[in-house]
Amino acid sequence: MINLKKYIAALSITAVIFGTAIYVSNLFGQKKLEDVHAIENRVALDILSSETQFMLLEETSCKDIGPGFLSKELGSIGERLTYAENQTELNTNDLEYLKRSYFLLEIKDYLLMKRLTEKCGIKPTFILYFYSTKDVCEDCERMGYVLTALRNKYPDLRVYSFDYNFDVGAIDTLVSIYKVRPELPALIINGLSYYGFHSVEELESTVPALKELARRARVAERATTSVKTLD
Amino acid sequence: MAEIQTLILYCLLFITLFFEVFLLITYFEVREELDFESKHVGKHIKWFPTVTIIVPCFNEERTVEKTIRSLLDLDYPKEKLSIIIVDDGSTDETLSRFVQFAKHPQIAVLSKENGGKHTALNFALERIESDLVGCLDADSFVNADALRKMVPFFNDVGIMAVTPSIKVHSPKSILQHIQKIEYSWGIFLRRMLSSLGALYVTPGPFSIFRTRVFRELGGYRHAHHTEDLEMALRLQKHHYKIVNSHGAHVYTVTPLRFSALFKQRVRWTYGFLNNVIDYRELFFNRKYGHIGLFILPIATSSIFSTLYIAGRTVWNNFFSISSMLTKLQIVGWNWNPPSLDWFFINTSVVSFLALSAIILTLVILSLAIRLTEGKFTITRGIFYYLAIYIFIVPLWLIRAVFSTVFRRQISWK
Repeated sequence: MINLKKYIAALSITAVIFGTAIYVSNLFGQKKLEDVHAIENRVALDILSSETQFMLLEETSCKDIGPGFLSKELGSIGERLTYAENQTELNTNDLEYLKRSYFLLEIKDYLLMKRLTEKCGIKPTFILYFYSTKDVCEDCERMGYVLTALRNKYPDLRVYSFDYNFDVGAIDTLVSIYKVRPELPALIINGLSYYGFHSVEELESTVPALKELARRARVAERATTSVKTLD
Repeated sequence: MAEIQTLILYCLLFITLFFEVFLLITYFEVREELDFESKHVGKHIKWFPTVTIIVPCFNEERTVEKTIRSLLDLDYPKEKLSIIIVDDGSTDETLSRFVQFAKHPQIAVLSKENGGKHTALNFALERIESDLVGCLDADSFVNADALRKMVPFFNDVGIMAVTPSIKVHSPKSILQHIQKIEYSWGIFLRRMLSSLGALYVTPGPFSIFRTRVFRELGGYRHAHHTEDLEMALRLQKHHYKIVNSHGAHVYTVTPLRFSALFKQRVRWTYGFLNNVIDYRELFFNRKYGHIGLFILPIATSSIFSTLYIAGRTVWNNFFSISSMLTKLQIVGWNWNPPSLDWFFINTSVVSFLALSAIILTLVILSLAIRLTEGKFTITRGIFYYLAIYIFIVPLWLIRAVFSTVFRRQISWK
């Protein structure tokens, strides 16, 4: 004799466990998106602050620019969005919106950086990196590792990454300004284009801006070693 | 494609959770019954039916003597208990081990050409006239009170077979410690299946039957090297009731090394798959109760779900390792400690469901150990079981499924 009540009870409890798992997961997913959104708001505010400072520069000198002039949190958003993209439970529309905001913030930060370098004579240390998520791009994954390694090695280096096929007008404008061909991955460093995969060593030896960064790093390292020896 | 894979995973997790919840509900239903059995069954027995235990032997020189001694030490009236030892054409010193028992009033020794365990059992069954008959593999030993704890179940005229709880004899190697925990799980599962009337195996070590079962349903069959599984399914098909006595303990010598364990488990899984194919009319058939409607389908599906999850895990890890190697090749060894930021903790639905399934598994495991050992204690076997068992099970499942699909024969030992 089959006790159907037991099956119904087990089914109900299992359904409750399932429902709770879905609810809690959605809750966390929502919190994660809010987290990214909050950082984006902070970055937007940072950029607004920097722009205001920059406008004030017209009346003052470059010396007044402090170390916190540019937002440090752009990288953090990038890492979070990359992770979130692999989480299937997150709302795709929300994620698309956050990505769009992120790319626009990157462009604004880049423009500000460019104006700053022109005005104050700072040597540019930024890279525009175009990748693709639409098609299979093994070199893009490999290039990502190289750029992360470079950013870890040179904290002053600012890498702006853009999804080549993402539907944002500003990215299309960047692509047309720098005439970026759809041969990804592509790097724009000081107006020069580099296509395909390049290792850390290749970039350090061929790209003038990175050569300079590497030289400065060596000088700083030597200085630290001499101080230690004197001690 | 990814959506289909996620959907399959959701379904498998739902079935797993449902089964675990179902087992726990059953446990809470029969908890008082278990306590009663532990305290009272086996005491103040008024009726002692005559019992014959058959010991089939094939090259069991190392353990058979101890097996017979454990039977002679059973706390049961001597005149009611007889033992038939069947030598199934052993090629080692097994036969010489019987000399000392040749004139024992309770023991009869038979010898025949080798033909497999089922032929040895049937050879003895032809000569049996007792009320009850049991089998004890020659690598197993019974607790003195085992028979006393099983016999009272036959007061219910509807019960045709009683199975014991099988424990691991003196575990030494890591694999044997793992099997000890696995057998505890098995004891719990069989006791729950007994309450559901859904036992699908009457194990070789010391399952006791009414003798008329064999007269009515016939003797043992080859049954893809798992005659004990086929016999239980045959009983279920004929609506003969099988119950489990969790207090009747039998100890068995388990494989020491992986190769022996692998062979044994391939045989068990292969036997299960092929016997359920032979008895497929039981599937989803309400006429056969829980065993047809739920237990056999879920036991069969668990083999494939384990293989699917194992395959998916291997595939995912292959990509992770491949990415790590690519990174290593490109930027060298550049280890960064894992981020402690909560954002990077996996909070997917599958993670929460898997966590729920793991928690329920641990709860059931603790109840199983308590049922087997009397109390729950944390042992190294639990760690070995949790850390190693899940990685080795898919190996024999793959082999057994492969042999079933491509109709490859498997060996007994």
